[in-house]
Amino acid sequence: MLESYLALFIKAVFIENMALSFFLGMCTFLAVSKKVETAFGLGVAVIVVQTITVPVNNVIYTYLLKEGALSWAGLSGVDLTFIGLVTYIGVIAAIVQILEMALDKYVPSLYNALGIFLPLITVNCAILCGSLFMVQRDYNFGESVVFGMGSGVGWALAIVAMAGLREKLKYASVPKGLDGAGITFIVAGIMAISFMLFSGIQL
Amino acid sequence: MAGYGKVLFDPIFKNNPIAIQILGICSALAVTSKLETTLVMSLSVICILGLSNFFISLLRKMMPSSIRLIIEMTIIATLVIIADQVIKAYMFEVSKQLSVFVGLIITNCILLGRAEAFAVNNTPFKSMLDGIGNAAGYSIVLIQVAFARELIGSGKLLGYTILKPITEGGWYTPNGLFLLAPSAFFLIGVIIWAAKLTVAKEEA
Repeated sequence: MLESYLALFIKAVFIENMALSFFLGMCTFLAVSKKVETAFGLGVAVIVVQTITVPVNNVIYTYLLKEGALSWAGLSGVDLTFIGLVTYIGVIAAIVQILEMALDKYVPSLYNALGIFLPLITVNCAILCGSLFMVQRDYNFGESVVFGMGSGVGWALAIVAMAGLREKLKYASVPKGLDGAGITFIVAGIMAISFMLFSGIQL
Repeated sequence: MAGYGKVLFDPIFKNNPIAIQILGICSALAVTSKLETTLVMSLSVICILGLSNFFISLLRKMMPSSIRLIIEMTIIATLVIIADQVIKAYMFEVSKQLSVFVGLIITNCILLGRAEAFAVNNTPFKSMLDGIGNAAGYSIVLIQVAFARELIGSGKLLGYTILKPITEGGWYTPNGLFLLAPSAFFLIGVIIWAAKLTVAKEEA
C-alpha cells in the first residue's frame, strides 16, 4: 500500500514531470524563472495549491459528476462529466482566492513572499491538468493526494533548476536576437531531453 | 476601417503571441507532433478566442472588476466545453490524440491575456477581430512547427508519405528526435530568433 503510493509519488515527480515531460505550466515556467528566489516562492505556492485542488476535485468528481455518482440523491443515471472543466477551473479559482485571503490574515510573511504569484496560479495549466489527469487515470482519494503533491513538487523542482541555469546564463554571450526568450527555449529543450532519461525507469 | 485591419493583422506578424509575447506555449509544444491534430487545435483556438473576446467585450460595462476574472474564466470555459464536445462528436480519433489539451485551452494564457488586455476596453466587433488575429498568429507558428516535426520526424504530411523512409524501402532516415516534444522547444526557439531579428530590422 505504502509502496504503491511511494511509486506514484516518484513517478509524478520525475518520470511524468509536469513541466518537462508534459510541458504544462510553460508560460509561467518561462516567465518567472529569472531568479532562483522567486522561482522557489512560486514553486512552493504551486505545491500547496496542487495538493489541495487535486483531492478536492477528486471528491467532487466521485460524488457529483461521475456517471451514476448522484445515486445517493436518488438521481441514478445522471452523467455530469461534461461540465467537469468549468467545475475544476471554478474550484481552482476559488481555492486560490481562499488561500490568498487565509494567508493574508494568518501568515502575512508567507503572503508577502508569494506576492503576485498566487493569483497567477489560477491560469497555470499544470494545476488544471493535474485534475484532468486525475480523472483520466481514475485515481482514488489517497492516490489523488499523493499525485497532487508529487506533480507539484516535480513542477517546483523543474522551475528552480531552470532558474539556476538562467542565472548562470546571464554571463554567457548569446547571439543577438536569440538572447532572452529564444535561448531559454533551447535550454528548456535540453533539460527536457535529460529528463527523458527517467522514462526508462519501471516502478 | 484602417484601424480594424491593423487590429486583425498586427498580431499575425508584428506582435505574434507565441514568438514575441511568449504566450500560450504549453499547447504549442504538446500538440504539434502531427499536422492534423495541429490544424484541429488551431481551428478551435481561432473560434474560441474570437467568440470569447466578443462576449467578454459585450459584457465589459456590466462586470464589476472584483469578480471580473471569474466571469471571464466561465465564459472561456463554456466555449471550450462546446468545442471539446464538437470535436469528440465529429473527430473522435483526433480527440483521442489531443487528449486533455482541448480542455487546456481554458488555461491558455493567450485567451485570458487578450481578454484582459483588449476585450475589456474595446467594442465587441473590434475585440473579435483582435481575438481572431491573435489566434491566427498562434496557428501560424503552430503549423510551422508541426510541418517541420511531422516531415522530418516521420517523412509524412497529414499522414501521406512524402519522404519514403528506409524501413519501407525508401531512402529517408526519419529523425526520431523530431517526434519527441523537446524538438518543439528548439524549433520555437529558432522561430523566436528569426521573428526578433525581423522585427528589429523593420524598426531600424
